[in-house]
Amino acid sequence: MNLQLSHFSAAVLFAVFASVVFGITQRSTSREQISYGLYCFAMFVGGVFVAGWVMWILRR
Amino acid sequence: MANSSTTKETAPTQPATAMSVLAPAIGWLIPGAGHLIQKRWIRGLLIMGSIVIMFLLGLALQGRVYRPNGGDILDILGFVGDVGAGGLYIVTRALDLGQGAIAHATADYGTKFIIVAGLLNFISAADAYHIAIGKKP
Repeated sequence: MNLQLSHFSAAVLFAVFASVVFGITQRSTSREQISYGLYCFAMFVGGVFVAGWVMWILRR
Repeated sequence: MANSSTTKETAPTQPATAMSVLAPAIGWLIPGAGHLIQKRWIRGLLIMGSIVIMFLLGLALQGRVYRPNGGDILDILGFVGDVGAGGLYIVTRALDLGQGAIAHATADYGTKFIIVAGLLNFISAADAYHIAIGKKP
């Protein structure tokens, strides 16, 4: 099987799976796990956008 | 003269139970199983799904699976990360998958997916240990 993903879709998939594991393993209660998982996901995806804009600025 | 007491408070040591050895070992071999054998069904299934899908995505992206090596430091670290996937790594090596495709730029993403899946499994095995010793609910 040969799968081709764009940079963005690969980054989002990475963020989803890493956030799930981070949320479960780094917090104790269910509520904290969900909120921390969402926080990690937002940080991952936000980091992608920030890095993208930084590269756009550097390229100009 | 001040009283120089040298008594130190030490953290109470946790008794080693069979589960405290079994949970991280099984959790390493089968991602999420360390939680499942402790009846943390939802956590175990989420961890299993995340790590297995991430590893398989890495293979589908034609990522490279590192062999034991003593060469470049990044290759050694890549091997350490891959080994974290436990049974997935063993099966992949047995089937001789994960040769890597230098023709595709996105294959490097696959390599990173495989390494990170292994590293996440190390974290989840440690979490299973913490549950087993009662440090975490």
